[in-house]
Order: sequence, then structure tokens, then C-alpha cells
Amino acid sequence: MDRQTLYREELLEHYRNPLNFGELSDYTVSAKQTNPFCGDDVEMFIKLNEDKVEDIRFTGQGCAISMAGASILTERVKGKVKSQLTKFSENDMLNLLGIEVSETRKKCALLALSVLKDCIYGVKSKS
Amino acid sequence: MRIKKTLGGKYMRSYKNDFPIFQKNKKFVYLDSAATSQKPKIVLDAIQEYYATYNANVRRGLYPIAEKATKKVEKVREQVARFINAKDPSEIIFVRNATEAINLAAYSFASHNIAKGDSVVTTIMEHHSNFVPWQQLAIQKNADFVVLDISEDGFLDLDLKIKKAKILTLTHVSNVLGTINQIKDIIKQAKAINPQIKVLVDAAQSIPHMKVDVQNLDCDFLAFSGHKMMAATGIGVLYGKRELLKQMRPFLYGGEMIKEVSIAKTTFTDIPYKFEAGTPDIAGIVSFGAAIEYLKSTGIETIQKHENRLIAYSLSRMKEIEGLTIYGPKDIEKRSGVVSFNLNGIHAHDVAQVLGDMDICIRSGHHCAMPLHKRLGITASARVSFYIYNNEEDVDKLIESIKKVKKIFKYG
Repeated sequence: MDRQTLYREELLEHYRNPLNFGELSDYTVSAKQTNPFCGDDVEMFIKLNEDKVEDIRFTGQGCAISMAGASILTERVKGKVKSQLTKFSENDMLNLLGIEVSETRKKCALLALSVLKDCIYGVKSKS
Repeated sequence: MRIKKTLGGKYMRSYKNDFPIFQKNKKFVYLDSAATSQKPKIVLDAIQEYYATYNANVRRGLYPIAEKATKKVEKVREQVARFINAKDPSEIIFVRNATEAINLAAYSFASHNIAKGDSVVTTIMEHHSNFVPWQQLAIQKNADFVVLDISEDGFLDLDLKIKKAKILTLTHVSNVLGTINQIKDIIKQAKAINPQIKVLVDAAQSIPHMKVDVQNLDCDFLAFSGHKMMAATGIGVLYGKRELLKQMRPFLYGGEMIKEVSIAKTTFTDIPYKFEAGTPDIAGIVSFGAAIEYLKSTGIETIQKHENRLIAYSLSRMKEIEGLTIYGPKDIEKRSGVVSFNLNGIHAHDVAQVLGDMDICIRSGHHCAMPLHKRLGITASARVSFYIYNNEEDVDKLIESIKKVKKIFKYG
């Protein structure tokens, strides 16, 4: 795996200026996870309108892969319905990032997706 | 032997030639010896020779190669004893690694000597291997778990908390900060405050790089791994004072540790064998002997001087880089071959990954020292660590690559 491709400019731009970064006060569901390998953490807030993701935001800190991943993923799932999100697989996430990551960095690449799944399956609902 | 001119104008030997791994890929820069060291050819040859010419189990067979293997294992035990200046080879217990050595001390010694209300003292700068076993023991025994803090530049702040302690367990050299703890003074001070206290020293990061003399330090236990000092993985040592080891109960039961077994009871054999149940890692022990030979012929003082020079050089070059924070003592005399750092705005894993793709091997993460990272207020750091085979050229490549990382991430 070539360096330039792993840290391709688009990902780095997401890392430097992540989209949807920040908290959401009127969220419906939220979840948080830490990746002990890196010390990365991602917390996600989703505002649902019935089954549709009306707004989504995240906060956290971590490496370029995990932060860019959260930025790209939150942008992608906006406007989608729950059933579309449950079908979204780990492979879809890796494809979305468009990079080949080593086994050790997979956790970084998949952290945001894992938090999203926690949100969908209602690990921590506001109510 | 290749002679290379160094920056100081002095000539020094290039030790890379002694290590086959550097022959295959000349671009390869290995800066992760604190995780595991590379192995010199004489170590690899010793393992090959054992398996090819005298592979047999020890202390059993009555045929020549079994006797040779048994003799060899005991010879290495003597070598290790001399290397750390133990009074007697029976004070050397072969285990898998420093982690197992510490667990053995925790189970066999501490768990029988610690009761409710006693305290177990460790430090915030420990590797998890010298932290978790004691924390868990304290939980099980309802004992107090006391963690000594460090000062701003990474030194232990020994205080009166050890008055009630049954055991003080601490690292000789921090695997993150590189701090060399003044173990001899700390032990003297601890025993003056509390004459009954026993002290275990985690020497995993010190023994490969500096002279360690257990009698001079007056430690009760000393734990270390072979693989960080050029031996194979899978072999380590717990040193313990003879009178303590004699009192201790075995941790593992099985073959090679008994005197007599009947249906109703078992009598255990003498030290060190009562702690070495089962077939040992004979090839690992053989490799350990060869590694000690290599370290001795190179000279541990030569190794230490060589590394000090590299640390001084890398610290001075790292200062060139804006936004780079170095952790640990500023005074090079007080630190060993480890330099941990962070680049402003770039996660340590990203630094290590970019460097890795340039064939420069460094470590990133919490280095199995999460409490320490928390204390430093960071989640991860990048770490370079040196050994005798590193040179200034390696440092130059590292510095250039760190500059490239900054360029890729467009910071600074």
C-alpha cells in the first residue's frame, strides 16, 4: 500500500476540516465508542424524523483515518432511512474511504461505522 | 568490519553487519528495539546448532545429546547469573518473558504475603505488565493499591506511602519516557523507611542497555525478557534472592519440578527447578547464552555510550522540527535509549504509518502504559528506540521522514 494513496488528499482534507463536526442538541439517538488501540473516540448524534436521518453530527478525536472516516460517513448517511443504514457493511465503509487499510488500522477505519450501528440499534436513546 | 565516520569525528564500528536482517534490505531503518531487538547472526546460529546437532529434552535423557543440552541450559543459567551479578545460579528462574516473571512473583510471593489492609506500591510510569498483576492482586486481597506519581520531567516522587507496603514494584527504565530511575537510591530509601518491604525491579528496558548488578541494587526480585536483549522471543528471567525463592510456593505444577509424587501428596524439588514446570524453551535459553556473549563482547558500556550519543543527536535534531513535543527528561544522562514524541495536530499512528511505508519502523500508541499517557494528558505518542545497530544515518532518515509527514499533513 502506497503512502500517497492511504493518505490521499481528500481524506486529509476531511481530517483537517471534518464535515458535520460538533454536537447536536436535539438529537434522537447518540452513541460513543473508544478505540483502545489508538485512543481514538467518536461520539455521534442523530436526529431522526421517523426513520429518516434528518441531521447527524459527531465529535471526538483521533487519527486521520478514524476522523476522516467519521466525516465521510456522516455526510453519506444524511437523508438515508434506517433500513439503508442497517445494510451498510464494513466493506461499504472501506469502499467509501477508498483506501486499503492494514489489519491493525481497520479498527480506525471502522470506528465511525461501529458507532453509527450503535446509534441505529438504539444502544443509547435519548427519550 | 565496516568502519564509519560519525558526526563527532570519531570512528565507530557499524554493528549492522552483525545482524542478517539489515543485509536483506539496506533501506530498512529499525527504531523499535524497545519492543523487541533484532538478533545477531551468532544468536541465530546458536539456535540452528541446537536443533541441528543436540536437540533433546533436558534433565531426563541419559544419552550424550541430552546431557549436552542439559549442560548448556545450566551454563546459560550461570552466564545470566554472572551477567546480573547474582550470588548463585539457582536465583535465576527461566520463564517466558518479563511479564511472566512479574506474574510469577505476584502469585508465588506476593499473594501469600499480602493480606487485607496491606499495601502494594507501584508507579504511574509502569508498563501494564508491572501494573495490572499488582492491581488485580490488590483487588483480590482487599489490599491498598498505591501508585506513586512522577514529577514534570519524569522522575519518581518516592514518599512515605511505602511505610505500610509489603512490596514496591517499579521499572528501572520507563518504556515511554526513557527515564532511568535511580533504583539503588530508591531501594535504599524504601528499605530505610520500611525494612520489611520487598522490591521488584522491572528491568526489561534497562538490562539490554546498561550494567545491572542485583547485589549492588539490593533488589529482591528482578524481571526481564531475553528478546529485548538480542535473544529469541519466548525466554525471560525472574531473579529472586535465594532465601525468598526458597520460601515461595510453585506457581505451575507438573513435570521437572517435583522430588516425589504419590497419590496423596507431592514434594517439590529445589530452586530454581520448582518454578520451572514442564519442558523449558531450550532453544530460547541457548539463544540467550549467545546473546549475552554478544553483549559482553561488544561491551555494555560501549552500547550505552553509543546509544547516549544517538539520543543526544536525535534530541538535538528533533528540536529543528516545529510543533514536535518530546516527553521525558531533558538531561540525556538521565535517560535511556527511548525517545517518545508527538507532532502537533497529527496522531501518532499516522506518523508511524507514514514512516512505516518509508521502511522506518517506529512504535505508536500508548506503549502498554495507558495510566502514564493519561497522566501526561495524551492518548498516544510516537516512540523511537535505539540499540547498538543504529547510527546517525538512521536518525537523519527519521528526521527527514518526520518532515515529510508534516508536508503530507500540511502542518507547519
